[in-house]
Amino acid sequence: MATLTEAEAEAQLPTRPGATPDELAIVAALRNGDEGAFASLIEHYHSAMVRLASMYVASGAVAEEVAQEAWLGVLEGIGRFEGRSSIKTWIFTILVNRARTRARREDRSQPFAALEQSLHETDEPAVEPSRFLDTPGRWQGYWVSYPTAWSTLPEERLLAQETRRLVAQAIASLPPAQQEVITLRDIEGWTAEEVCVLLTISEANQRVLLHRARAKVRRVLEPYLSEV
Amino acid sequence: MNEQTELTCRELVELVTEYVEGAMPPEELRRFEQHLAMCEGCRAYLDQARQTIRLVGQLHEAILPLATRQTLLQTFRSWKNSTSTE
Repeated sequence: MATLTEAEAEAQLPTRPGATPDELAIVAALRNGDEGAFASLIEHYHSAMVRLASMYVASGAVAEEVAQEAWLGVLEGIGRFEGRSSIKTWIFTILVNRARTRARREDRSQPFAALEQSLHETDEPAVEPSRFLDTPGRWQGYWVSYPTAWSTLPEERLLAQETRRLVAQAIASLPPAQQEVITLRDIEGWTAEEVCVLLTISEANQRVLLHRARAKVRRVLEPYLSEV
Repeated sequence: MNEQTELTCRELVELVTEYVEGAMPPEELRRFEQHLAMCEGCRAYLDQARQTIRLVGQLHEAILPLATRQTLLQTFRSWKNSTSTE
């Protein structure tokens, strides 16, 4: 299957959320050959694009290549960009289309291909079942012993290098689809709607992936942050 | 409130994402907040969940390696030259 042209990529997108006036100014600057506008886009998005591409292709080097190709696609398509989607969504859609084409060529399976099925096969609880009372009666399903709040911990502890390291490690060990969703939502600050559009997943599936990912990070942090 | 409609802690923890995402239907929201009001353990759990989101957010850093920046700007310049000579 041929790679979609950038105009086709834009046509695939829903019409909301559209480009903001700020973004339209960036688009105009790019068309005028303003290098500063381009520099600001690559500063904002390139690292996230490489990370996303690496879910589809075999190596970090290929992911970097795919992201660079996507930028060329952005430049070649900018003249036809109509601002019906946000520029961020448009750029990342080009990236994902290129990454998918590359993955097909490498004959690799797609990270979100069997998603619908796999989501409902493995129903992992957010919290270890042993944390809840299992004896039938009034308190069945209630905490054996309460968790402790973290917001009362000293800020130095919460923002310590060790906490950071644990969070990064927990995210790296997640299945690819969960990793992608938590990265876009909680690290890159995307909205749920933007993530659904980009990854072509439903709102409900997006939330399940996010729920599992956050729950696992919390589980990894709990023994460390609950030490007295 | 009877035992049929009362949420357990085990059920509540599975609804936390729906809650913080603001995606809960009103009836479920009512049961969720009712449980929360009487359960210190679940209030602490929700606090942990919110702190987790904040701590994940701390990982944000977009450092573009200088060499990559140069390569991409070079791409931009060639593109600019090719469009201005067309």
